[in-house]
Amino acid sequence: MDFGFSQEQEMLRATARKFLENECTSTFVRARMDEPAGVTDDFWAKLAEQGWLGLVFPEEYGGSGLGFVDLTVLMEEMGRCVMPGPFFSTVLLGGLTILEAGSPAQRKEWLPKLAAGQAKATLALTEPNARWDAAGVTATAKEGKGGFALSGTKLFVPDAHLADVIVVVARTAEGKTPEDGVSLFLVPKGVKGLEVKLLPTMDQTRKLCEVTLKDAAVPAGALLGGKGAAWSALARVIQRATIALCGEMCGGAQRVLDMTTEYVKIRVAFGKPIGTYQGVKHKAADMLVDVENAKSLTYYAAWAADENSPETALATSMAKAYVSDAYRKVSAAGIQLHGGIGFTWEHDLHLYFKRAKASEFTFGDATHHRERVAQLIKL
Amino acid sequence: MDFSLTPDQETFRQTLRAWLKGNIPREWKHVGSSEIPRVEAYDLLKRWQNSLFDAGFIGLTWPKEYGGRGLTFMEELILQEEMAFAKAPPILNVLGVGMAGPTIIAYGTEAQKKRYPAKILSCEEIWCQGYSEPNAGSDLAALQTRAVKDGEHWVINGQKVWTSFAQVADWMMLLARTDPSAPKHRGITYFLLDMKLPGVTVKPLRQITGEAEFNEVFFDNVRVHESQVLGDVNAGWQVGITTLMYERLTLGFALQTRLRIALESLIELGRRMEKHGRAATKEPVLRQKIAQLWIDTECLRVTGARAITKLLRGEMPGPEASAGKMVWVETHQRLQELAMDIEGPYAQLWKGSPWAIDGGVWQHSFLRSRANSIEGGTTEIQKNIIAERVLGLPKD
Repeated sequence: MDFGFSQEQEMLRATARKFLENECTSTFVRARMDEPAGVTDDFWAKLAEQGWLGLVFPEEYGGSGLGFVDLTVLMEEMGRCVMPGPFFSTVLLGGLTILEAGSPAQRKEWLPKLAAGQAKATLALTEPNARWDAAGVTATAKEGKGGFALSGTKLFVPDAHLADVIVVVARTAEGKTPEDGVSLFLVPKGVKGLEVKLLPTMDQTRKLCEVTLKDAAVPAGALLGGKGAAWSALARVIQRATIALCGEMCGGAQRVLDMTTEYVKIRVAFGKPIGTYQGVKHKAADMLVDVENAKSLTYYAAWAADENSPETALATSMAKAYVSDAYRKVSAAGIQLHGGIGFTWEHDLHLYFKRAKASEFTFGDATHHRERVAQLIKL
Repeated sequence: MDFSLTPDQETFRQTLRAWLKGNIPREWKHVGSSEIPRVEAYDLLKRWQNSLFDAGFIGLTWPKEYGGRGLTFMEELILQEEMAFAKAPPILNVLGVGMAGPTIIAYGTEAQKKRYPAKILSCEEIWCQGYSEPNAGSDLAALQTRAVKDGEHWVINGQKVWTSFAQVADWMMLLARTDPSAPKHRGITYFLLDMKLPGVTVKPLRQITGEAEFNEVFFDNVRVHESQVLGDVNAGWQVGITTLMYERLTLGFALQTRLRIALESLIELGRRMEKHGRAATKEPVLRQKIAQLWIDTECLRVTGARAITKLLRGEMPGPEASAGKMVWVETHQRLQELAMDIEGPYAQLWKGSPWAIDGGVWQHSFLRSRANSIEGGTTEIQKNIIAERVLGLPKD
């Protein structure tokens, strides 16, 4: 047994830390918050150059063929600097879905472009009913001559306004189970009947869209995976994206702990650094426990995913339940221990606090995943 | 990352599993939470530990020449996991195995190492821990029990308190002050004390559960031979701290195991008890709480694996290891509270009532769990340690 990172993984961490400290500063993040794009062409090209846009894609599709433990290292570092932009949507939503469900031709068409930074993608899964399960899919795809017509409203779609291709989840049939009848479609930008609206969000580093489809016509070749049989591939994508998100959340929580630890060592009140007081020490210790436990469960889930372990579903839900609570608590405690300065726009803490909240409700919050755990342990 | 076992480790697991299947005493009733050996089970547990020793399933990481197996923490982890799956009885001589033995192996003379560790493992000699005093708990270095040199002997006077197993113990790990003029951490010496020496008096201390698992121990001119000093005179603080480190590490494995056993019992209780016309496990709020306990218990296991990996790589455990005891305590107390929630009004009934669920065992473990956040370093002290040693926050 060896439950730690390899030397190569530690090197990836060091490289990523250095790159992001130079390229993804607070000033950069704040500038991106104010713009719809959330990323610059220059920054995106550099991510491609580092090989990170294709990190988990197989080499034959222009990727590096690395696993989710490797990716977790990178996600932690990206979370550490609240990295804005469509990395998550392109790689873990759009890209991963094309990899999991696509034909070799579809993969060849899109994945090398995504890995090279020449195209962006996303996944339009959730709807105004805000469900993460198959029963939430009510958008329809009507089969007609030579293709499908898609209709419905998709909500909370990350970076759809930037995507060259949106993978749309729609129902081709009402099946015996909610999973039965769910299909995936590659919808390129600009298709007639497709409308994308950027939504104001609390976490401005994450851009979310409303995607409306009104008889949006796509050719038969746009179908990604089996007709009506896409849910199992999609479930795998959601699972893996959830693990990556947990990694990002751990990185953010660690950064809040680091900032807070440094601050309470130097901030003086009543003649002493506030870190001398037990009221502060105990809160800081609680933060450390939350961060370390969050990491343990995240690493375990990433390992399980790489091994295709039958425990992956349980490990993922355990991680997301724990990490959702932990990041929220840690980022709130960070603000509390900073006092008034932590509440200002000028200080970076609010970026983490808001990212924690956004991430908490992406792919299901702690309550949702505790129920999943209960089901999986046959409670 | 790799969670797989070597072929040898896999063989070890299979052998152990088969052995446990055939050797757990039939009288052992696994009910409720039993992380601490119950007084009425001492005889059974002594025989149980002895049979583990005969089979070579205890003291795995200890050197062979001192009665151990010379294996790694990986085998120790496998052992703890299998004990949990098999719902095996706990180790009676837990303070000997978890603390005294490793400390003697680390600091003892060759004679001491030949004399004590093997008998600890076989449960032939039971150990207790003489650290806490009425005025030295969290502030352990304030201890006042005195040892004064008289020829080849040290003469001990003073009092210890909260001493588990003292009523059955053959030996005590004793911290006593040998140089009152030195700064408080420097004048302490670590003794291996024979509990049968004249002048040692054990008085049971009745506790919240109504039974006397703890004791007070009084020393009235107890004469201890100088060969019974462990480590150097006045260097007992360092030796004692080592003991506590081992306690956190090895007891940590064991505690995680007991937690898993308790959790399985709790789930079983939840399936039997009814809440609003359905099983408690189907009641939404209780269901969420049980699921969270499952997550936290698994988290302790996985965090433990991170710490063991560091040990196996020859590194020191990092921040992930420091919090183990405190996380265990919080989780276990929450588990015990939840057992009461599940029992509802039945939580009020005590052993002896025909209506008591599982003979009232949960009521006992619920009350006993309040000590968890006090014994072995209070949660407040643990948090200070994490803040100061791991996060580097300033001391007063």
